[in-house]
Amino acid sequence: MTIFGWLQIGLVLIAVLALAKPLGLYMARVFAGERTFLSPLLVPVEAGFYRLAGVRRESEQGWLAYVFAVLLFSLAGFLALFAILRLQGFLPFNPQGFGGMAPDLAFNTAASFVTNTNWQSYGGETTLSHFSQMAGLTVQNFLSAATGIAVAMALTRAFMRSGASTLGNFWVDMTRATLYVLLPLAIVVALAFIALGLPQSLDANFVATTLEGAKQVVATGPVASQEAIKQLGTNGGGFFNVNAAHPFENPSAFSNYLNIVAMLSVSLALVYAFGQMVGSRRQGWALIAVTGVMLTVGVAAIYWAETSGNPLLHAVGVDAALGNMEGKEVRFGQAMTALYAAVTTGLSDGGVNAMHSSLTPLGGLVPTFLMQLGEVLPGGVGSGLYGLIVFAILAVFVAGLMVGRTPELLGKKIEAREMKLVILAILILPLVILGFTAVSVMAEFGIGSIMSPGPHGLSEILYAYTSAAANNGSAFGGLTANTPWYNTTLGIAMMLGRFAYIVPVLAIAGSLAGKPRVPASSGTFPTDRPLFVGLLIGIILIMGGLQFFPALALGPIAEHFAMLAGQSF
Amino acid sequence: MLNQIRPAIVLTLLFTLLTGLAYPLAMTGIGQAAFPTQANGSRIERDGAVIGSALIGQSFTKPGYFWSRPSATAPEAYDAAASSGSNLGPTDARLIERVQNAVGGGKDVPADAVTTSGSGLDPHISPENAQAQVMRVANARGLDPREVTQLLARMTEWPALGIFGEPRVNVLELNLALDQVAPPAE
Repeated sequence: MTIFGWLQIGLVLIAVLALAKPLGLYMARVFAGERTFLSPLLVPVEAGFYRLAGVRRESEQGWLAYVFAVLLFSLAGFLALFAILRLQGFLPFNPQGFGGMAPDLAFNTAASFVTNTNWQSYGGETTLSHFSQMAGLTVQNFLSAATGIAVAMALTRAFMRSGASTLGNFWVDMTRATLYVLLPLAIVVALAFIALGLPQSLDANFVATTLEGAKQVVATGPVASQEAIKQLGTNGGGFFNVNAAHPFENPSAFSNYLNIVAMLSVSLALVYAFGQMVGSRRQGWALIAVTGVMLTVGVAAIYWAETSGNPLLHAVGVDAALGNMEGKEVRFGQAMTALYAAVTTGLSDGGVNAMHSSLTPLGGLVPTFLMQLGEVLPGGVGSGLYGLIVFAILAVFVAGLMVGRTPELLGKKIEAREMKLVILAILILPLVILGFTAVSVMAEFGIGSIMSPGPHGLSEILYAYTSAAANNGSAFGGLTANTPWYNTTLGIAMMLGRFAYIVPVLAIAGSLAGKPRVPASSGTFPTDRPLFVGLLIGIILIMGGLQFFPALALGPIAEHFAMLAGQSF
Repeated sequence: MLNQIRPAIVLTLLFTLLTGLAYPLAMTGIGQAAFPTQANGSRIERDGAVIGSALIGQSFTKPGYFWSRPSATAPEAYDAAASSGSNLGPTDARLIERVQNAVGGGKDVPADAVTTSGSGLDPHISPENAQAQVMRVANARGLDPREVTQLLARMTEWPALGIFGEPRVNVLELNLALDQVAPPAE
């Protein structure tokens, strides 16, 4: 680790923190239905969309209707994407004449992009037409992100309201998230990306004759437009097989910087917007502090592990100075690779700028663990915020148990019904991850896909289900995941991780919205102070640690000690 | 509840038109007009023929050229139509064996010289890696090693503004410059 490396990391985090307030205030205005500087341009578009769709913007929905709208919209997106992928051979913008996807792969991919996971069992440049990338994947990059934001805003309103039966209108929230937040940001970032060297053309490729006279076919396409929303919507699905390690997705230190800032900024600003909307900016900052502390520790751990390098390689004559370079790009170096790996998994982005499979055992443990914490650091756009609030409810409940008082969060009493729903939501992750992993390691159709044997094999499978259930999408790429078993079960894991979580969250929102807001008294546990920040960090760590430590001990931790002992597999 | 079906279908369609067609096509139009070089893949031409992209690495095997990092793309190295890393885990015996063969009994070999990159298309090598190749290149071209070292120093990129990025050498651009100084002996 070097001071220079930490300086680069610090600069990214400063930029993101500086953006949190202006962007957060802007989003708070957008979801309060107020006018913004973009209104003159967008109000007619918005009104037109509502008219054609038959949406009355003033009519609000209760939690059940909101859930129903979320599920129905996701189903429509799933069917549309599935159809595009299956039929891509008959659709336009297909310069390479790719045929339709196999049914299990199309199911997996559609589930993946509708749930904001963006797990990719295929290599983009060798499988997908430009039409599938644009009208299929890019669309869901916007809409799945907007759906997450909408759910987070519904939960936020539950804290703002008193004795209310409605949470807002999903169609309005989703439309405004796309039109006012994601699309304008995507346009700015996409143009910046093109200037930095990301291709944006409708050609399939160009052919070069190399200096040594060989023929090199260079795949290209509308990369920048997809990369921009991939990061802003914390989707992570790359245009190319190797994602943001590809020089066309991420050509330089500057593009890497912009990639990380873009993926962090909307999620973090939403946390700020939450504080603003519930009338306590300090609450927003307290939650931001939780994510900031945990993310920084995660970055430090990866950075340390990767610069320490791989002693097995040092033993055969490799200089240790550059650290572990297998699977990494020279232009990013260890610091910006570590930051990317921590941010992409602390968020639910899932893009990668290095191959996580080839990280050192502890360097690979951290991204796995960050996902298993529930992706709340600060998580995917929207999903991170509602995940954080679920943990915050659990934290005030634990604090309430300690002193024997009814717990409150922002003036809302937390009672048996909310706690049951919180536990229901939290249990989804361990159930899906550990359940599917257990089945996979016991059968040939599971272990047959492993690339690297030994403890790393378990890590590959554990990472896959963790990534799917947490809606992350990054991978230990050694695992051959394009099989009927993995395509199907990972698809199911993604669906459960998304929707079996959203339903209890909205049920909590419905329950909290109906309660009166009680004023804080001397017995109220303040949730905007360092003590609460510490408690919340403890709760998140304990939940994640208790559930997943045994599996991590058998995978990355066992591999770490084997590596130190000089053993390979 | 049935009245929600119409917005679900209509909004999916409208947003497909807006974000799936209008947005990427508009970006393509603006990108092609404002940044044609970048938007088309930062191609490098020599004598009117495209010889590669400034951003994409290519394979070099002749002794008179600086060599890129090993590449995991298959079946050929530096296949820019099918990017891939090796994805081998850190304790995989195949990784250790491959690196050991690449090291070939040497000592303190720069790590990037014997490891595959994430993309398999890394256009850069570290300055240490390039320095270690100077003697071979100079001998193959009949050049004074000091001249090659000077060229290398000129082509080495340092962190922008002193903080962004890592010290690195673009192999294709370095070899192009080399060809200008002294055409390769065929």
